[in-house]
Amino acid sequence: MIATNRPHAMTAAQTHYCPGCTHGIIHRLVGEAIDALGIEGRTIGIAPVGCAVLAYNYFNLDMTVAAHGRAPAVATGLKRANPETIVFTYQGDGDLASIGMAEAVHAAARGENITIIFVNNAVYGMTGGQMAPTSLPGQVTQTSPYGRNEAQCGLPVKVCEMLAQLDAPEYIARVAANSVKNVLAAKRAIEKAFRNQVEGRGFSLVEVLSTCPTNWGKTPKDALKWMESDMIPYYPLGVYKDRSAVVTDRT
Amino acid sequence: MAKLTIQAENCKGCGLCVDACPKKILRIDADVINHKGHAPAQMTDESRCTGCGFCALMCPDCVITLER
Amino acid sequence: MAETVLMKGNEALAEAAVLAGCRYYFGYPITPQTEIGAYLARRMPQVGGVFLQAESEIAAIHMVYGASAAGKRVMTSSSSPGISLKSEGLSYLAGSDLPALVVNVQRAGPGLGGIQPSQADYMQATRGGGHGDFRNIVLAPASVQEMASLTMRGFDLADQYRMTAMILADGTIGQMMEPVTLETPTPTLVEKPWALTGTQGKREKNIITSLYLSPTELEKKNLSRFARYAAVQQKETEYEAFCMDDAQICLVAYGITARVSKNAVAAARAKGIRAGLIRPITLWPFPTEALRQAAKTVRQFLSVEMSMGQMMTDIELAIRCTRPVTLVSRVGGVIPAPEEVLVAIERAANEEAT
Repeated sequence: MIATNRPHAMTAAQTHYCPGCTHGIIHRLVGEAIDALGIEGRTIGIAPVGCAVLAYNYFNLDMTVAAHGRAPAVATGLKRANPETIVFTYQGDGDLASIGMAEAVHAAARGENITIIFVNNAVYGMTGGQMAPTSLPGQVTQTSPYGRNEAQCGLPVKVCEMLAQLDAPEYIARVAANSVKNVLAAKRAIEKAFRNQVEGRGFSLVEVLSTCPTNWGKTPKDALKWMESDMIPYYPLGVYKDRSAVVTDRT
Repeated sequence: MAKLTIQAENCKGCGLCVDACPKKILRIDADVINHKGHAPAQMTDESRCTGCGFCALMCPDCVITLER
Repeated sequence: MAETVLMKGNEALAEAAVLAGCRYYFGYPITPQTEIGAYLARRMPQVGGVFLQAESEIAAIHMVYGASAAGKRVMTSSSSPGISLKSEGLSYLAGSDLPALVVNVQRAGPGLGGIQPSQADYMQATRGGGHGDFRNIVLAPASVQEMASLTMRGFDLADQYRMTAMILADGTIGQMMEPVTLETPTPTLVEKPWALTGTQGKREKNIITSLYLSPTELEKKNLSRFARYAAVQQKETEYEAFCMDDAQICLVAYGITARVSKNAVAAARAKGIRAGLIRPITLWPFPTEALRQAAKTVRQFLSVEMSMGQMMTDIELAIRCTRPVTLVSRVGGVIPAPEEVLVAIERAANEEAT
């Protein structure tokens, strides 16, 4: 029996991601969720603008590429036009939490029956490591060379905390791809986010903390450590909203 | 008995599997270079592999296959 | 037999979209086209369609992208400032060869401008309206009836050529009421094997993208798109000629200014001036050949437009500047009166006489 292998929903193509970048792990978890639910033939993926722009090469699925930040709007159009398909977006932090904030918030507020995989690595990767809305206070990037400064740049956007304030979303969770334990939890969360859509429950978003060794200027190993020591304390892991788990008896 | 296969040619040598392995039986051999120019992960002692799959779980490139 | 009813231009357009088989509308409110959304908010649920009020014009056009990628007939509508916001999406639709119908009921600009009618988005519409080399098919209705018929035609053309068809109307045509006969058309059904419907495990995956990192591949893609555009120019150019048989002074006007110009031409004829009108119905493709032919006998052209000579440039290009072209325009939301246009015709006639 083969216990661990490339999911069927993924192609045989080798990714263009840098060594140790955890995008690859997150791709695999998405593929495993699609395999587990048996939805490959009716799933449509939407790649963002950012490092994952070429994600359509890596999945055995009908796919498109949205303009920067617009993936939730494209997903809305696809899903509304064809409700029996399973539609997911795969977006980075610049894409979702900066330029595409409005599209993400309003898709959530409408309770669109879609799945969003939100990859937060606290930096713009594709363009070479600029400050992201999720860059940590003090974090040195190409456009915050003296460290992210609160007086000038404010403080990071916490997407899960923010979206969980909305009434409509079904499921909002933050996981991390930095350890065996956390990857297993991420796998469960991502599968749940897809299952919710299959069951027609509505908007599900899983934020996955991911590494960017290249633009963090760290080895892959040190990047995992930095995530544990610096990123996770700022972005606490957990389920921020799960309407299926809410006890509705308020008497 | 677990059988671990590493597709060395597609490995990017990031070493995440090395750190994930509880038995510490994976390593990066800097003297071996694959066609991508990376030093791939290698199994050092197959007899001690328990088949836990942690290495494959942490591999970003799907190059580790585990049969058990 | 379809009955003739009295309708507002915007509502006739909306009903025509439903009759043409459009079941998906995404839009954002803006004057003077809000009736389109309001009408479809009532109508779409009656026909099992989707009306969705988006959070912005940007989101709306990308929802159009999604529904079009799913293989469906889909539309959005807006007015000038909103079309500027949609320009990103127009570029992506073109780059991904996705069909869509986009309506611009123009108002005066730039900036917030005003809410009165205008034709100042001519360049934006006919040159594509976003980054990169691309064109939209631009249809210019001059009556409530044409708001309906060109909308139906626009959906067919969009599907046939995998392009955006844009209805370039103005606040007057959108707001005025006229009798209109709404025939149920027979839509040209186009197979869409490229649509994202899920592979069902039965075919290779479909990918819809505007990203081509190889310059030669992207060049090839652009060239093949322009070959398609050439076919549109050859086959789909449409215009109306009015009193052109013996015309020496040729007015060129579209939309509401074409109606004003027709009155002015009739008045000029009553005074013995040989005036005529060429009314482009397609602004892209522009009736270049018709103007070139007219230039053989016409002595002067007047570009009657509610913009500062945007269309005049296209007339000069069409006739290679072989005849003088004079701009007759009111802007800022002012519609030229037939008398003003008549004065311009008479001035041109006097120049001919001296």
